[in-house]
Amino acid sequence: MDNALIFIALATVFGLFMAWGIGANDVANAMATSIGSKAITVKQALIVAGIFEFSGAVLAGGEVTKTIRKGIIDSSSLTDQPEILIYGMLAALLASGLWLLIASRRGWPVSTTHSIIGAIIGFAMVGIGVDAVRWSKVGSIVASWIASPLIAGVLSYLLFNSVQWLILSRPDPLVRAKRFVPYYIFLAAFMLTLVTLFKGLKHVGLQTSTTEAYLIATGFGLVVALIGRWFIQRIQPNRKAEKRFHYFTVERVFSVLMVVTACGMAFAHGSNDVANAIGPVAAVISIAQDGIVTQSAPVSIWILLLGGMGIVVGLATFGRHVIATVGQKITHLTPSRGFAAELAAATTIVIASGTGIPVSTTHTLVGAVLGIGMARGISAIDLGVVGRIFLSWIVTIPAGAVLSIVFFFILRGIFG
Amino acid sequence: MTNYITKIFGASPVAPMQDHMEVCFRAARALVPFFEKAMAQEWDAVGELRKQIVDLEHEADDLKKLIRGQLPKSMFMPVPREDLLNLLWTQDQIPNKARDISGLVLGRRMNIPEEIRENFLAYVQRNSDAAKKARKSVRELDELYTTGFRGAEADFVEKLVGELDEIENETDDMQAVVRSDLFAIEKNLPPVDVIFLYRIIELVGEIGDMAQRIGRRLELLLAH
Repeated sequence: MDNALIFIALATVFGLFMAWGIGANDVANAMATSIGSKAITVKQALIVAGIFEFSGAVLAGGEVTKTIRKGIIDSSSLTDQPEILIYGMLAALLASGLWLLIASRRGWPVSTTHSIIGAIIGFAMVGIGVDAVRWSKVGSIVASWIASPLIAGVLSYLLFNSVQWLILSRPDPLVRAKRFVPYYIFLAAFMLTLVTLFKGLKHVGLQTSTTEAYLIATGFGLVVALIGRWFIQRIQPNRKAEKRFHYFTVERVFSVLMVVTACGMAFAHGSNDVANAIGPVAAVISIAQDGIVTQSAPVSIWILLLGGMGIVVGLATFGRHVIATVGQKITHLTPSRGFAAELAAATTIVIASGTGIPVSTTHTLVGAVLGIGMARGISAIDLGVVGRIFLSWIVTIPAGAVLSIVFFFILRGIFG
Repeated sequence: MTNYITKIFGASPVAPMQDHMEVCFRAARALVPFFEKAMAQEWDAVGELRKQIVDLEHEADDLKKLIRGQLPKSMFMPVPREDLLNLLWTQDQIPNKARDISGLVLGRRMNIPEEIRENFLAYVQRNSDAAKKARKSVRELDELYTTGFRGAEADFVEKLVGELDEIENETDDMQAVVRSDLFAIEKNLPPVDVIFLYRIIELVGEIGDMAQRIGRRLELLLAH
């Protein structure tokens, strides 16, 4: 194919740009609750985010990448003109990368997922034809955008209620926190490992049977829980601080748990949002290499690595600043709440990643926070802001679509 | 660059509510030295204390406005917004009463008759105690939010509110005693002074009433 190398280079650059944008901006949403509740410092958050975003992208990001790459567009009519798909995917990358930049500059709620889906649908409808869009697939993705905040909300509601029932409402909350928090740690590590084993690891060539997956997840959960327990046992009551606020030490026990759920959140974010950036890159590269529109080529591991790296670079350059600002502003989410919100959101997102459904990390997390609010866990939630966040995806989809249509015609004009 | 997740969380009203109650209690507490100085007829010191009380009343007003501003209708909270604003309003009545009392006493250079002084001072002190117990109850507000208004912490607040009721009952009994003390000597006093003395006794008792109502409001928060 002509220009194959140029296309691959462009896709790599645009994909890196997008991943960098996610790392610089979007990761802050995932880490905000942990830093805000003082469970971890900004420096620790950067390290945790770097490691777990990267491994989430590489280990569990494959399915979502596949959906973005070939789930939304029916490319059977394109076998004799594969360049169309290349222009389109490049346009989609550029459109959502630019949207991410504009929106975060203006302080609008950003959803990378919604903008990339909108962008892909946009160029497919105009560049190929309305029938080229797999509307049933799009329908199920849109349905998942409604379902994911709901599921996360229900999960966080249940989790926080269990915390109230087991620990907070008791006369001896510290003793009970030290006893029960390791179980929550186990639950967090177990769930995330299990979903990853079931759904994600195929791409790195690891296959496990169901029994093996359960055994490994249980073992991993136990190890993490025991390490957590060791830290928890070392926490001594701070009598002076407790005089002002009786739950001071109890919250410190929960902050150990929150370190674990912060890792889970970064992992979940990496597994879903990075895949958004990397899906179109994978599509362009496989077409450019083979010159035909294949439906079967697997996602190369190096493309996932590229996405992971882009995020880490974004974190290192701008993420520090954003995370620090976010952390200062959220002080109302104490660890006993923050962990429940994060665990619920991370579980929902990782399950979605495993099934190949692109969901919005921000929206899922907001759903989880609302669940805690329903359980009377948060002193004040501004429903006006919540409404604006949920409305944002309605604006983001046409915005992504229009931008990608413009870029599509520009690219086709240059190369076609 | 702004981040939307941070904007979801409204400013928590808990700490400002507790600060407000602290100021309210200080205004009630200042009445004890205020009356001691008034009985000693040291009007410079009385004026000084009056100024203190007025300043506290202003501080409470500013805090009240700040809290109201932080609670627009779009806020989703674990307790009904109206109940919280009612609690705030009730708290705010304490410094208002203290201001009215101190203004009346200073303005009229009121003399508390020898015969009722001991019981009257004890009565003022007990009303201030009621405000102190109300402050102790409101100080549990952050713990109540942490536990989600239930369990052992909610029981503890119920207990405090019970104690608050007992103190208020005592102030009622003491008010009856002070009134009968005054009744016994009222024929020897200028009638206008007597009318204002009864008025002062009544106003001091309203501090205890308001403290008790703070307890009621807290119980309402628990009930939801």
